[in-house]
Amino acid sequence: MMEGNFKIEIASPEKMIFSEQNVQEVTLPSYEGEMGILKDHVSIIAFLKPGIVKILKSPEAINSFFVEDGIIEFYKNNLTILSSKIVNVKDLNKDKITQLISETEKILKDEKLDDNSRYLANHKIDTLQSLALN
Amino acid sequence: MASLDDLKKRIVSVKSTQKITKAMKMVAAAKLRKAQENAEKGRPYSEKMNNIILNLSNGISDKENAPKLLSGTGEDKTHLCIVLTSDRGLCGGFNTNIIKKAKAYFKKISNEGKTLKIITVGSKGYDQLKRIYKDNIIEKISFKDSKTINYLDAEKVGKVIIDIFGKKEFDVCTIFYNRFKNVITQIPQEQQIIPLKASKAVGDLSEDNYEFEPEEDEILNNLLPKNISTQIFKAMLENSASEQGSRMSAMDNATRNAGEMVDKLTIEYNRSRQAAITKELIEIISGAESL
Repeated sequence: MMEGNFKIEIASPEKMIFSEQNVQEVTLPSYEGEMGILKDHVSIIAFLKPGIVKILKSPEAINSFFVEDGIIEFYKNNLTILSSKIVNVKDLNKDKITQLISETEKILKDEKLDDNSRYLANHKIDTLQSLALN
Repeated sequence: MASLDDLKKRIVSVKSTQKITKAMKMVAAAKLRKAQENAEKGRPYSEKMNNIILNLSNGISDKENAPKLLSGTGEDKTHLCIVLTSDRGLCGGFNTNIIKKAKAYFKKISNEGKTLKIITVGSKGYDQLKRIYKDNIIEKISFKDSKTINYLDAEKVGKVIIDIFGKKEFDVCTIFYNRFKNVITQIPQEQQIIPLKASKAVGDLSEDNYEFEPEEDEILNNLLPKNISTQIFKAMLENSASEQGSRMSAMDNATRNAGEMVDKLTIEYNRSRQAAITKELIEIISGAESL
């Protein structure tokens, strides 16, 4: 293993989505803000909010995933991301994004929605819109 | 003795039944491979989830305020049972085994004077339970329209359970399903999911302290409902592999039995044909002799 690198695994309930032995840096949309993980990060368990997971294998090779929620565990240079709603950004096209946005907007119309879910849904729309622009 | 024509018809009919069972066996074998693969693929998620929850619950200092999904309501009066069965029949003892296990548990519950509530997932389970436990079944769920086992379905079941739990309508929740061991053996399982009895950690469980973001209990509150869905999903995957395995061996037996029957009928057919010929010959010969 190269120095400064660690291992990452992304699993959904249905299958293993991504697994890589050597990554340099991972940025995560953690619940309380964007979070970057490098090698020898302290052990952490954190919750994700909607956003982009960016995996930096080398400055040229970047993998991005759109997550809606999930949980991560970092322990002894093993990063595990568990998420039931995760897609590779490469697989997202304009139509798909528009569809996701309209689905979320439908949820927002519910008057009884609590503040927390409302905040998360709004955040999801923001992320998706910024993706659509790219 | 049946006439020659009747025998012939029966042989043809058994042969066509055999063709159907043979085809079903082939289909089940193909589906079984797929189902096993799916179960294999889903394993990392549920194992990791389990480990994280173990780590989290170890980290909780204040056991009194632990989430109810983890520690239970503190009472043991009402039991909710989720019975997972298949939507299709012709799979040997698959459904019957689950129901038998569940019924034994139901009996135990009612003998202890506790209230019983049932949710059936899969229509075969409902069909078998409705006669005796009609009043106990509070919901029946079926995923007949779903082509494959998917997480969204499991999430739906999970949500139903959490909603009912939120209304404080049960204290203990148990799921029933078949664990896939191999094609001939499927083991009916009962597994308690609320309050959570975490199974043993797979791999090494970390000793050192974690940082949590946000706080432990907040993560747990978010994670435990997900874990319920994950457990259900796992059970559904195991169940589907078991169902196909069970169907495969049942259809294999059926094909073999049909083969035996065809052999027997063919011998009978040949014998009566021979008897008829002999009879005719005797008639001719004795007719000629009398002249």
